[in-house]
Amino acid sequence: MDHRPQAWGRPRDDVYGAYDASYMNTNLPNQHTQSPIVTGTSVVAMKFKDGVVMAADNLASYGSLARFTDVKRLRTFADTSVIGFGGDVSDMQYLDRHLTELGIDEAYQSDVGGHNLNARNLHKYLSKLLYHRRSKFDPLWNHLLVAGMDEDDKPFLAAADLLGTTFTSPSLSTGFGSMLAQPIMRKYVPDEASVENITKEKAVEVIKECMKVLFYRDARSMDKYSLAIVTKDGVELSENKLENQSWAFADRIKGYGTQTV
Amino acid sequence: MFRNNYDNDSVTFSPQGRIFQVEYAGEAVKQGSVVVGLTSKTHAVLVAIKRNAEELSSYQKKLFAIDEHVGLAIAGLTSDARVLSNFMKQQCLSQRLTYDRAMPLEKLAALIGDKAQLNTQHYGKRPYGVGLLVTGVDETGPHLFEFQPSGLTQEMLACAIGARSQMARTYLEKNLDKFADCGRDELVRHGLRALKETLVQDRELTVENTSIGVAGLKEPGKKALEVFKVHDGADVKDWLNSVADDAEAGGETTEGEGMQVDE
Amino acid sequence: MAMFSQNPIMNGPNYSFAEAPKAAMDGLREHRFNPYTDNGGSTLAIAGDGFAIMAGDTRLTSGYSINTRYAPKVFKIGGTTSSQDDANILLSVVGFAADGEALQERLDSVCKMYRYRHGKPMSVNACAKRLSTILYQKRFFPYYVYAILGGLDEEGKGAVYSYDPVGSYEREQCRAGGAAASLIMPFLDNQVNFKNQYVPGSGIGHELQERDRVPLPRDEVEILVKDAFDSAVERHIEVGDGLQMMIITKDGIEEKVLPLKKD
Repeated sequence: MDHRPQAWGRPRDDVYGAYDASYMNTNLPNQHTQSPIVTGTSVVAMKFKDGVVMAADNLASYGSLARFTDVKRLRTFADTSVIGFGGDVSDMQYLDRHLTELGIDEAYQSDVGGHNLNARNLHKYLSKLLYHRRSKFDPLWNHLLVAGMDEDDKPFLAAADLLGTTFTSPSLSTGFGSMLAQPIMRKYVPDEASVENITKEKAVEVIKECMKVLFYRDARSMDKYSLAIVTKDGVELSENKLENQSWAFADRIKGYGTQTV
Repeated sequence: MFRNNYDNDSVTFSPQGRIFQVEYAGEAVKQGSVVVGLTSKTHAVLVAIKRNAEELSSYQKKLFAIDEHVGLAIAGLTSDARVLSNFMKQQCLSQRLTYDRAMPLEKLAALIGDKAQLNTQHYGKRPYGVGLLVTGVDETGPHLFEFQPSGLTQEMLACAIGARSQMARTYLEKNLDKFADCGRDELVRHGLRALKETLVQDRELTVENTSIGVAGLKEPGKKALEVFKVHDGADVKDWLNSVADDAEAGGETTEGEGMQVDE
Repeated sequence: MAMFSQNPIMNGPNYSFAEAPKAAMDGLREHRFNPYTDNGGSTLAIAGDGFAIMAGDTRLTSGYSINTRYAPKVFKIGGTTSSQDDANILLSVVGFAADGEALQERLDSVCKMYRYRHGKPMSVNACAKRLSTILYQKRFFPYYVYAILGGLDEEGKGAVYSYDPVGSYEREQCRAGGAAASLIMPFLDNQVNFKNQYVPGSGIGHELQERDRVPLPRDEVEILVKDAFDSAVERHIEVGDGLQMMIITKDGIEEKVLPLKKD
């Protein structure tokens, strides 16, 4: 009997035949992420006159399987900014750990205080990280939205994707949201000037409407979502459930093209 | 100089607990011409006396703009200072590239402090033979940091390093209470008066030998910056005139004690 | 026996986990990740006698989606500060936006270091050469951008340098880049370089005289730029939203943002 711990629970070759270990081949080139595995869908966000509202649902899908149903995809940074993650969930968790460390280092380095990274600083840093990783052909498969206040206490909202592309706009969304939610949000904030006319309540209402539309039409979405409101006073992060759903239209849908009765 | 068994390298303590090489480096700072730095609630100012090795040569630069919000004054080996200056420039640039922000001065001081300390703990290395005053305005307002070859950095309200800088420090200590509420030009004048204290009998401040560097907030409480700028030559004339002996005797701006010569 | 023969230490049975094949598998593997994308948009630069105009639309797309309606493509380069108030060079980038931003920041850092080292701004022709080198250094993983550099040359004349993604460059009178380059360039050939324009009645066949080439005045060029973009917006889906124009003259850089169709 072999009592080595390495052998415990292993199938014996003389009983089961040699194990095909070809997948463990170590001489192959290093494999980087070639495609996302467990994914989160859209993140939506829009500015209002005193800050930014952002939302993302709690679903992490494994392909078409709704795999994890309680995954929070918004995180705060230094109680002043919010980051929303679309795309690969494991890369999100890596970034989450990385940001926690960054936050601690930054708070620790300054014994006077007052040097916290604001949303603009954070967005620049994350976009550099994503661009660096894409340049190493080892991308972090995420599309991020960063919201907060800038150095002049004005609302700040910007996006960064896995290629390091960055852009800002009064409203932003990732994934399916860019087709379904953006047109709704752009009705209210077509340009920077119109942000001044939007109250917090209105922005929350619009974002909730977007989440509903996404739940109706995005198959990889769910009815529980996180909602964050960032102002100069800090971040309110809450968990929500879609209300007033109406599926009355459903029984009038007659198939997809060919079905007529 | 005396012979000492414990001053061959910077890694061996003397039995008295001293590291002589580091202390000697401190002496190099004292041989550099004097620089003075001081801060108010809105401004950070550096003033310096430049030296020329001989009549025919140019004056050695004492003040450097590191970034738009950071200035540097040096006393000691200029070539060592250039190494640190380049390093600081690079760090400030990279801070803007990776975070899109102005380098916090406290962080910058810590970086050069750590860099200099390494040289005092490795065999075959030598400490930087230069003292620095790092000043500027960041997110949290105006700051002034003193740097010594030992790697020591500390935040100061006002400071002077270099030859005969004790005279300037005495002036600064005496007038410390006034600095916080000084306007831009008043702060420069205090700097120049401190500088004058260090002069030997027949020397005086001239447009050739005086450098002035200023950074500040355009308005108190606002973010808009007055970018750090070094003023030389004709640019410093008005400031010099305003602290000239006869102007001070008129006494419209200042207190008499500034002119009391300690010697 | 085979069953005990392979474990000399324990003389026990063999287990598979240590026996991964050492030889590499045959065949090539496909990398599915594509590090590039095309973010659309178009740029245009025209040099005049004492000015140069750089322009670009402000739409940023991916596929059929508009990411944002305002993402500038023309940048001031080489100023002392991050506000670029004293910049003397303009750079436009179009293609892959992330590479464009990286290139812009890199060239700006180079110009800032040049200023720090030499105490003067970089000349446009020096910057043009440097940009070519930067692009060529990434010859085998290129910045996927069509860059155009603009400024005033040493005689004060407008200068425009255009590049391909790997650094080939030349000085030109005008150049269009990006998605609608093929729509705008022929228009420019005709309207700036007067291609296919002849003096009426000057002869037949080879006797025909070409219209004399003269530098256009600034107000005409501005109209030309607006017309070029208005036409491009009609025929290209990736161009639209806003027109950013930067005009560099001896008095500095002026920026204008005009609306374009948003459809």
